[in-house]
Amino acid sequence: MATKASRSAARLMMAPAVVLLLGWMLVPLTMTLWFSFRTYLPLRGGDQGWTGFDNYVRFVTSSSFWPAVSTTLIILIGVLVITIALGVLLAILLDQPMWGQGVVRILVIAPFFVMPTVSALVWKNIFMDPTNGLFAHLWKFFGAEPVSWLSDAAIPSLILIVSWQWLPFATLILLTAIQSLDSEQLEAAEMDGASPLARFGFITLPHLSRAITIVVLIQTIFLLAIFAEIFVTTGGAFGTRTLSYLIFQRVLESQNIGLGSAGGVYAIILANIVAIFLMRIVGKNLDN
Amino acid sequence: MARAITTNRKAVNTALAWAIGLLIFFPILWTMLTSFKTEAQAINDPPLFLFFDWTTENYSTVMERSNYGRFLWNSIFIAGGSTILGIIIAIPAAWSMAFVPSRRTKDILLWMLSTKMLPAVGVLYPIYLLFINLGLLDNVFGLTFIIMLINLPIIVWMLYTYFREIPGEILEAARMDGATLKSEILYVLTPMAIPGIASTLLLNFILAWNEAFWTLNLTAAKAAPLTAFIASYSSPEGLFYAKLSAASTMAIAPILILGWFSQKQLVRGLTFGAVK
Repeated sequence: MATKASRSAARLMMAPAVVLLLGWMLVPLTMTLWFSFRTYLPLRGGDQGWTGFDNYVRFVTSSSFWPAVSTTLIILIGVLVITIALGVLLAILLDQPMWGQGVVRILVIAPFFVMPTVSALVWKNIFMDPTNGLFAHLWKFFGAEPVSWLSDAAIPSLILIVSWQWLPFATLILLTAIQSLDSEQLEAAEMDGASPLARFGFITLPHLSRAITIVVLIQTIFLLAIFAEIFVTTGGAFGTRTLSYLIFQRVLESQNIGLGSAGGVYAIILANIVAIFLMRIVGKNLDN
Repeated sequence: MARAITTNRKAVNTALAWAIGLLIFFPILWTMLTSFKTEAQAINDPPLFLFFDWTTENYSTVMERSNYGRFLWNSIFIAGGSTILGIIIAIPAAWSMAFVPSRRTKDILLWMLSTKMLPAVGVLYPIYLLFINLGLLDNVFGLTFIIMLINLPIIVWMLYTYFREIPGEILEAARMDGATLKSEILYVLTPMAIPGIASTLLLNFILAWNEAFWTLNLTAAKAAPLTAFIASYSSPEGLFYAKLSAASTMAIAPILILGWFSQKQLVRGLTFGAVK
């Protein structure tokens, strides 16, 4: 169908997008790689030459590295478990016949559209503030001592905020997947006497497994990079310094570019490992 | 429906779903309500739900005191500009991949997607340095360009999936009738593609509006959009709940409305066609 002329026209039409993305990928990446092998302190002597793998070694042996890894993992796993468990339940519920389904859907999805700085700030002040926050009022009402959420329970608080932002995404995708489930299959199982739990475990959940995998992968990529939520709430204090926040601090706050770049290279490798799995699924889907 | 759903069960579903929906929406609702209170009422114990003296003075204070208009304009410029620019660049690319696919099309698409996975923090300093050297720091054009680049893979992907739904036979028929490439695009393809393009526009405007890594790190006073403006409220002297709420409400209200129209596109745009 395609002629030679249309092929070269097609290549020409693709060129701007391909060139821009290639530049966007290669230029900063090369620079990050370059800096990662150098001692580079813009405010303390500038570029002081090659150091080999020194920055890479120093980044992983610094005392803040392992706490940052564990914080990253705790937040990641916490948010994934919460959003997927609640997302599956919510998707099943929203799939049931009810009155005002459209409105409920809107209510559930809304948090996804709130900009990260707004949700972080609203949760931090209006809800979690230990003197004037809504939670503090609630705790006092039940005679309990108000909690300083973002200093005494910083990680759980962050998990709550981020889960609230991402639950809509998980729910929406799982709901889309559930709606493609053949309802006759469920009905047949019900006729054969399968309990609701068995129907969920043997029909609904296997049907959802692909969608769940996709939610896990996409959320992982975004959650590894959460920034504004930490920036606004704790600024990385109280044990909330994730790997990407640590890199941010090395680069912009302590202006140790070499060290931060080495960290950046680790982050890029980590994200790519997750991305490979996602690509496989997406790629398979392109074929049919 | 083969089975009769009892009204009873439907009522239970409805009550449960509404309760959960309102719980999830509550932080937004509460922020909106607080924006109409006075500062004293905003921190009142017990909290005031609906019965307070409604006032709009917070809105006028925020707008007067903080140059809100400029932040709003920056947001509109950056989100709108990056989306339109991205679409202009993406349409030809997506068009050619959808209608003149080659063996490498799949690889190119997946590669584009992979650039979206690049963690921003990994390239923060290079971009920062380039921006300083090019004089683009705290500049709306620079930011618009960066945000366009981050969303470009999503734009190409969304357009590609929409274009692929246009039956190829129509194009062949047009070619048989002697349509040139130009008229093919202009009169055959464009009218069929407009809904897809509109959806792409909508979702990417939302994503660009809410972007909060580059907007926080590459702007100061001049080019800061609403994301950065709101973040400035986290400093202690800015702790006025009612005003914070009013500023927040203004920053999210337009996007909430647009977002409600784009629920369906959200799935397509963010799962790259992997969930249908």
